[in-house]
Amino acid sequence: MNFDYILLLIVFSYLRRALQSKILLPKIDKYLAIGFWFSIVLLIAGFFLKFTKEINAWIAHAMLFTLIYFCLTQKEFKSVKSFIYSILPFVVVNFIEDCIELINSPFHDEWNNYFDTAIFFSIVWFFAMFFITRKQRKEMEKEQLKAIEFEKEFQQSEILKAKLETQVAERTAEILGQKEKLQKALDKLKTTQVQLIQSEKMASLGELTAGIAHEIQNPLNFVNNFSEVSSELLDEMNEEIVKGDFEEVKNIAIDLKKNLEKINFHGKRADSIVKGMLQHSRIGNNVKEPTNINKLADEYLRLAYHGFRAKDKSFNADLVTDFDENLPKINVLTQEIGRVLLNLFTNAFYATHQKQKKSGETYKPMVSVKTELKGKGIEITVKDNGIGIPEAIKDKIMQPFFTTKPTGEGTGLGLSLSYDIIVKAHGGTITIDSRENDYTVFTIFLPTE
Amino acid sequence: MKILVVDDEADIQPLFLQHFRKELRHHDFEFDFALSGEEALEYLKGNSLEVVLILSDINMPGMSGIDLLSKIRQDYNYLSPVVMMITAYGDEENYKQAMEKGADDFLTKPLDFNLLKEKLKKVMNNG
Repeated sequence: MNFDYILLLIVFSYLRRALQSKILLPKIDKYLAIGFWFSIVLLIAGFFLKFTKEINAWIAHAMLFTLIYFCLTQKEFKSVKSFIYSILPFVVVNFIEDCIELINSPFHDEWNNYFDTAIFFSIVWFFAMFFITRKQRKEMEKEQLKAIEFEKEFQQSEILKAKLETQVAERTAEILGQKEKLQKALDKLKTTQVQLIQSEKMASLGELTAGIAHEIQNPLNFVNNFSEVSSELLDEMNEEIVKGDFEEVKNIAIDLKKNLEKINFHGKRADSIVKGMLQHSRIGNNVKEPTNINKLADEYLRLAYHGFRAKDKSFNADLVTDFDENLPKINVLTQEIGRVLLNLFTNAFYATHQKQKKSGETYKPMVSVKTELKGKGIEITVKDNGIGIPEAIKDKIMQPFFTTKPTGEGTGLGLSLSYDIIVKAHGGTITIDSRENDYTVFTIFLPTE
Repeated sequence: MKILVVDDEADIQPLFLQHFRKELRHHDFEFDFALSGEEALEYLKGNSLEVVLILSDINMPGMSGIDLLSKIRQDYNYLSPVVMMITAYGDEENYKQAMEKGADDFLTKPLDFNLLKEKLKKVMNNG
């Protein structure tokens, strides 16, 4: 039978191919190659040398069984097991046939048909098995391909992920950078705000300077005048002593004593004005102290008046005060509240001055301030009969930098700072009531806490 | 000679009384005081004939010295009182206004009482 040799060839070549032994198992490949070429020799010999046919057949059997044995026992051949099973029936049937032919030839001849049938079935079995395994292998390959595909996709997503991560890191760095820039800008803004508030303070101080100068000049004049007249009085007193008119001496002494008191009084007045001015310009004294609102309002009303009049000396206004004498001292930031009052008074004088320019001499400017104890706080009302506030801008006047004054005359910060001081720093309220060309009333409420 | 002094600062009064102590004792001068322009006008209603000289501060709350001056020149000019204006702001504008409205003289604070005395004596001698 030539099937054996062909089968050997098939098995050898299949094994070498399936196992990729040339690359993966070079040692085993060597034997397989030798087996392959030997099988070719056997096949050729089987054709031409008839007498060696029997021996060749047995060699082929031995080779096949050895191969099958190795394939089934060695772990290197695990993957080709199914192929071995597919050829096993053919090999066994062929072997049995040859054995029987050798032992009992007549019996073999007699049952030859059956043997042929068995061989036929074993061949059928081989092909069946072969196709099944091939199909299985193909499916497996498909699965593998799929797995590879998945692996690829996974790798791609990994790459994408890594990319995204670097992008996120970049963006984060960018955002952090921007945050830092914004923080810097914010810090700058805050410093600018502090500077602006300071410059507003200085601006109002400038407005005040003339008023303060006037306020200091007055008591100084008295100090000078009273000391001069006292000196003269002393001369007269000496004359009277010489004359012996001690009644007159006594009178002069009384006057002198009064004059000294006046000098002292006006000296103190100048002193308190200077102190008030220093307080006004000082930065951030954030301690609330018991304050006499009546005194504060009166002081700043006069300062504002003289300050305003320093700019236009022909300006005169009626100053009306209506102070509640039972007003308790309340804890406030004294200079800050002073600043608010100064601002409101200055605005009031400005409003009346503007109206005076329009209305002429018949118009009498009037600015009034009233204090009142109301519920759980103190109410301060500042009223003027000036130009009033147009309805359209009422909502805007508390906004920073909003001003109706010509450029250079107002910072536009006065009322916005006043709002901050009253509402934010003291928990109070500030409200506006006004009619255009008639009046304006600012009402401040400060809780007594 | 009766002199009306108009100034919102009350302490100006003892100064006048003391500086002109001798003159007062000799009845050369007689002083009356008003604390505002309005008060001065009220005073003049009853005493306009006696008052020879008016000394007025310019910067006062309510009616200013300039207003008072205008009123005097308007209502009492037939008596031709001497009006001297006093101001703490010795500036051109005040001076110009005072002179335009008919002031006879213009003085600045702090008052030089010796100078004032001379001026008052001159007025008295001329009158």
